[in-house]
Amino acid sequence: MVDQVAILGVGMHPWGKWGKNFVEYGVKAAEDALKDAGVAWTDIQYVAGGDTIRNGYPGYVAGATFAQALGWNGAQISSSYGACASGTQAIEAARVRILAGLCDVALVVGSDTTPKGFLAPNKGTRGDDPDWLRFRVLGATNTTYFGLYARRRMSLYGATSEDFAQVKVKNARHGLTNVNARYRKEVNAEEVLSSAMVADPLRLLDICATSDGGAAMVLCSMEFARRFTTNPVTIAGISAVTPTYPSTVIEMPNFSTDSAAAVAMPARPFRDSIAYAAYEQAGIAPEEVNVAEVYDLSTALELDWYENIGLCPTGDAVKLLRDGDTTIGGRVPVNPSGGLACFGEAVPAQAIAQVCELTWQLRGQAGARQVEGAKVGITANQGLFGHGSSVIVKR
Amino acid sequence: MKKRVPAVDGWLNIDPAHPRLIGTKCSACGSIFFPREAVRCRNPRCGSPNLEATELSARGTLWSYTGAEYQPPEPYVPRTNPFQPFAIAAVELAAEKMVVLGQVDGVGVKDLKIGMEMELTLDTLLEDDETETITWKWKPVSGGSHS
Repeated sequence: MVDQVAILGVGMHPWGKWGKNFVEYGVKAAEDALKDAGVAWTDIQYVAGGDTIRNGYPGYVAGATFAQALGWNGAQISSSYGACASGTQAIEAARVRILAGLCDVALVVGSDTTPKGFLAPNKGTRGDDPDWLRFRVLGATNTTYFGLYARRRMSLYGATSEDFAQVKVKNARHGLTNVNARYRKEVNAEEVLSSAMVADPLRLLDICATSDGGAAMVLCSMEFARRFTTNPVTIAGISAVTPTYPSTVIEMPNFSTDSAAAVAMPARPFRDSIAYAAYEQAGIAPEEVNVAEVYDLSTALELDWYENIGLCPTGDAVKLLRDGDTTIGGRVPVNPSGGLACFGEAVPAQAIAQVCELTWQLRGQAGARQVEGAKVGITANQGLFGHGSSVIVKR
Repeated sequence: MKKRVPAVDGWLNIDPAHPRLIGTKCSACGSIFFPREAVRCRNPRCGSPNLEATELSARGTLWSYTGAEYQPPEPYVPRTNPFQPFAIAAVELAAEKMVVLGQVDGVGVKDLKIGMEMELTLDTLLEDDETETITWKWKPVSGGSHS
C-alpha cells in the first residue's frame, strides 16, 4: 500500500457541443474545483494539465495554458498526453509530486473541444504512423475495434444486441439528472436497436459521441487536507500501466496483436492488468468496490470492463447486467454519472471527470444518482497506444 | 499496364500467384512481427537487432469481425461513390499465434462467422492513371456460406 493523497475539491464544465475554446471549459472547471476545495488559485503550487491534440499549440501545453488563463502564479507545471488516459496521467503527475513532498497542493485540469463525427488522425501524410495507416489502408475507425470486441463477446459469451441496448438504457437513466451530462433523456431498448448500424453489431446509440467539456480537481497532502476536513476522499491507488509483451488482444490503432509464438501470453491480458495494478497499490480487493466509472466508449465495452476490473468472472458480465447489479440500487452500480453514454467523450477531461463523479459519490453529494453508502470506488479507462488508466478512491 | 505497388512498402508480397503478408522474425528468439519491426526485437527479454523478413501464413481462423457502415474519414480514400459498406476481419494465425486485421474481400458481415477459415487475397486499394496500389484482404475459404 502506498500513502494517500486527498481530493480536496472537484469541478466540471458541463459536457456538450458548445463550440467554444477549450481553455474556457478548463478555467470554469478549475474555478469550481478551487471553490469546492476552499483553496485560492494563488496558493496552488503545481498545475498538471491533460493535453488536447485537436486545438493547436495551446492544447499541447495545457498545463501552461490553464496556468496563464488563471493568471501566472509561479506554480510549477506539467502537461500530459496519454490519449484517453491523459487525465489519469495528469492526476498521477500531481499525486507523485505531492507524495514526494515537493508540493502540498496541486491543481489538475483537462478540457477539450472536439470536432463532429469520427475521431480522425491529424492532417498530413504519414506513412510510418500506424494511426494514419489504419485509416488509410483498413478504413479502421475507433468504432471498428469496438465492433470487433462486441462481436467476440456475442460469440464467446452469448451476449445479444438487446443486452448492449440495456447498457445504454441503464446509463441514460443514471445520467438523467446529472447537470454535467450532455444527454439527459430516457432511451428505450427499441430506440437503440433501431438506430443506424455503424460498426456491426454496434449501432449509433451503442457508441459514445465526442463532446466538449472540462474537469478539474484540487489534490493535496493528507496533512494539508486536515486544515479543511477530517474526512476527505482520498486516492488510494493509480494505475497507468502499459501492456506486458506479448499483448495478444487487438488494440487501437494496431494492425495486429503481438505474437505469442516465442513468448507465452502474460498472466493477465492488458485490460485485466490495468485495474489489477491499482488494486495492488491500494491494498483493496475488487469485492470491496461499491461503485465504478468505466469507459463505455461502446455499450458492449462497458460489459468487458465489468470483467476486467474484477466485478465478476470472465464471461459473466451479461449476467451482472441482467441481474441489475450494476444499476443504481444494485450491488455495485457502474457509471452512475451516466457514463460516456450521457457525456460523450472529451478526451483529456474524461478520466478526471470519472474521479470527480466518484468523489461526489463518496461524499454523498450525488443527489438523485447517489449510490448509498459508497466507500470505495474505481475508475477504468484505456488510451490507445498502450495507456492503462485506473484510479481507486476511498473515504 | 499500370505499375503495381504495395499499399505499404515492404508489408506484402503482391505476386497474384503468391499473396503474402511480410513481417519480420527475430533470429535470436523467434518472435514474429507484423507490421515489420526492423530495429530491435520487441520481446523485452531479447532486444536483438537481428530481424529477418518472413512471410506470414496465408490462412487463419476468424477471431472476430465488424462492418464499416459509414465512410471512414480521411486519410481513408473511398473506392466507390456512393460509399459501399465493407467488413473488417481479425484473423488468428496459428503458427504465428497472432491476430491480423484486414478488410474482407467479396462478402459482408452477414456471411461471416467467428471460427471460419479465412485466406489472404489481394485487391486494389487506390488507383490512378499510372499506378495501382495493392492491399491485402481476408476472404472466407468456403466462399462465405453459413456452413
